[in-house]
Amino acid sequence: MSSTPSNTQRRRGLAATEKADPIGLAIAALNRLSQSSLLDRFGLRKTAEDVVYNATKSGFRGVGAVSRQFARAGKRGSGKRVPSAKRTGVFDLTPSEDEQMLVDVVTEYAEEVLRPAAADANEACEAPQDVLKASLEIGLPILGVSEELEGIATERSTVAGVLVAEALAQGDMGLAVATLAPGAVSTALSLWGSDEQQATYLPAFTGDDVPAAALALAEPRPLFDPLSLETKAVRRGDGFVLDGVKSGVPRGHDAELFLVGAELDGEPQLFLVESSTDGVTIENDPSMGVRAAGISRLVLEGVEVASIAPLGDAATYRDAVRLARLGWCALAVGTSQAVLDYVVPYVNERQAFGEPISNRQSVAFMVANIAIELQSMRLLTYKAAARAAQGKSFDREVALARKLCTEKGMQIGLDGVQLLGGHGYVKEHPVERWYRDLRAIGVMEGGVLV
Amino acid sequence: MINLETPKKHRALISQAHQVAMNVLRANSRKYDAHEHEYPVELDMLAAMIDGLSASGQSEGAGAKGVRRSEAGDVGKVKNAANMASVLSIQEMCWGDVGLLLSMPRQGLGNSAIASVANEEQHERFDGLWAGMAITEPGCGSDSANIQTTAVLDGDEYVINGEKIFVTAGDRCDAVVVWATLDKSLGRAAIKSFVVPKGTDGMTVERLEHKLGIRSSDTATIRFENCRVPKDNLLGSPDIDTKQGFAGAMATFDNTRPLVASMAVGCARASLDLTRDLLAEAGVEIDYDRPANVQTAAAAAYLQMEADWEAAHLLTLQAAWMADNSKANSLEASMAKAKAGRVGSDITLRCVELCGTVGYSEQDLLEKWARDSKILDIFEGTQQIQQLIVARRILGKTSADLK
Repeated sequence: MSSTPSNTQRRRGLAATEKADPIGLAIAALNRLSQSSLLDRFGLRKTAEDVVYNATKSGFRGVGAVSRQFARAGKRGSGKRVPSAKRTGVFDLTPSEDEQMLVDVVTEYAEEVLRPAAADANEACEAPQDVLKASLEIGLPILGVSEELEGIATERSTVAGVLVAEALAQGDMGLAVATLAPGAVSTALSLWGSDEQQATYLPAFTGDDVPAAALALAEPRPLFDPLSLETKAVRRGDGFVLDGVKSGVPRGHDAELFLVGAELDGEPQLFLVESSTDGVTIENDPSMGVRAAGISRLVLEGVEVASIAPLGDAATYRDAVRLARLGWCALAVGTSQAVLDYVVPYVNERQAFGEPISNRQSVAFMVANIAIELQSMRLLTYKAAARAAQGKSFDREVALARKLCTEKGMQIGLDGVQLLGGHGYVKEHPVERWYRDLRAIGVMEGGVLV
Repeated sequence: MINLETPKKHRALISQAHQVAMNVLRANSRKYDAHEHEYPVELDMLAAMIDGLSASGQSEGAGAKGVRRSEAGDVGKVKNAANMASVLSIQEMCWGDVGLLLSMPRQGLGNSAIASVANEEQHERFDGLWAGMAITEPGCGSDSANIQTTAVLDGDEYVINGEKIFVTAGDRCDAVVVWATLDKSLGRAAIKSFVVPKGTDGMTVERLEHKLGIRSSDTATIRFENCRVPKDNLLGSPDIDTKQGFAGAMATFDNTRPLVASMAVGCARASLDLTRDLLAEAGVEIDYDRPANVQTAAAAAYLQMEADWEAAHLLTLQAAWMADNSKANSLEASMAKAKAGRVGSDITLRCVELCGTVGYSEQDLLEKWARDSKILDIFEGTQQIQQLIVARRILGKTSADLK
């Protein structure tokens, strides 16, 4: 284990043009000193907290989790596919009975399991085992997997996926991502896997002991574009060698299987990488929010994978990018709904100048706009999901949903804190966490997939 | 089953409206913008055609009267009906020209008001009339509960006195739906609407406004001096029910706000379509997969506008869908109007900016759409009124709590 961070240089928020002069360094030293005395004075360096310290410490590295033996099975050639949802031609905002039942179950789980666990999981930077176990009972990892492959999907389940992600994020976005991460990989296998890939990897997801897994698309650099990857794959013999750094990877430390975006012959492409492969290193990357998802970096150094590794092609890679973005849109809708549901009673009860602050237009109009933009985000997300499920093009719809959810979702997070004033800034209330979580929209690529 | 595509059954209607918008409305857009108050004769033929389509059932119930709520229907079956057809066809027509759409004979907001609240007898009696809507007064706009125009019952007639301004199609229409109070001391519950046919003694069109936009649509000031109408011209119930309050009169708005939202959506779409073309000529293509931040600033701006446009469009369809399926949609109608109103201005103005002097010039229509769109964030309830309505609903407040 080492604590050397991967490729990027630590800037401490400074641009390269900032040069420290002697006075600056003295102040920096003083600052460090005062920090340590502060920590000691309050006895914050207890051994009991070493675990949390290590888990949340940026740059803490380890090799990939020991993965189970994914026994090779099946043969080359196309895998089994779920059919598209039927096209009714009727504008309708009513979920199907099945979808509604699923949403009811997930909503209960989000309210009673996720929300109460959220604050601690945020601190620990990981999801509690019992929370994860319960998510398996609901069947989250097999929601997008064809019935023929022992999953539960009888048709393309993008709409159900979106509704579930929304309901989970109403409980907590970080835990939602942690519970959805394996499903991103199993859904991708169901959608684009060859018979061999499905037969080799899917039984683990549809069985009792579901592996953690993660879809790793992002890379740590400004203006990242998932269609222009710096992670490269080159052919060697029958197989491939992968090099590069992926970021924003949920549950990196316990994931047994990664689905990694890498450039092959000038085109982006997904590769299946088992975590115990030589050259795979996981690095903690605690970020501003979504911390319960155990956000990590995946460092690939001369990682050799076999001919079974490439999943789909450049076209399905694009679909993966879009469906991941759509998943984040749904998460934004859920967390934004949580904000609205939280601020309404607060502004109605909070008194100032002798009456509830919600009697003032400046406050009430902020709430109105949260409601309006939230419903806008929801409708764009549903539209894109329904098109994807029906086998129609959805690039435009996902792009628009993502744009709206990025901007309006963040605005809702911002207003959620503002409406509570100073109380919004402290951890007694969840709005500061939602503010941090909502910044993930438009930043994250991969991680979830609907 | 969740599906937000344009209903299949309405696609023929939309494409027809699109052709009309392109070949008739666009062809006359600049002409009547330049010649304010001139009667757009081209619309008479068009109106006749629309009446014909309506009679044959081909229009799917679309139009100003499409907002009438039917009582019956198959329970449990999701419907895409007249409200949906209306917002979709109005959106297409306003892609053509908002002012001319507002000047379409027999398609006035007064027609929607009649369709919303008239009883069956009135519905039949006023069929075929072109009806404007007269609510605003010199001293009262958004606070429509404060109107000063009075209606006093005298025998079998109401006697109306007062002054109304900003009456859309007030000069050209056959009748106006006038809001007046039966008793000022009883507040909003006493406000009723009356159908006053043109030519009634005591009713005078005083003048027409010169406006920023929608110049092809006439906007009139109408004075009522001891103007007598049969008492059966009162729409809805004559009883003053202080419990129900304003709800009766306001019900009209649940139906008309999605229509006005669809006007803003249509107008903004016109700007977006042309701007996309002009940007492409300038070498800017919109890529839906690449992050906006790695594209040009113009492409990023376009993506943001299109996202807002899509939101306004879908909120409008939602409100209409709810009306078609007998769901209370007051909240959603106001959400649609608020979003569409502000987005309409934002998009049309930004498109002018992106296109530079080409956008600003009268040689094309971008500058006109940026003027036309502004009214859509004002009439049928301003942006601020919509926010009040949404806020009161979400927060559970009365108009006394949240003023």
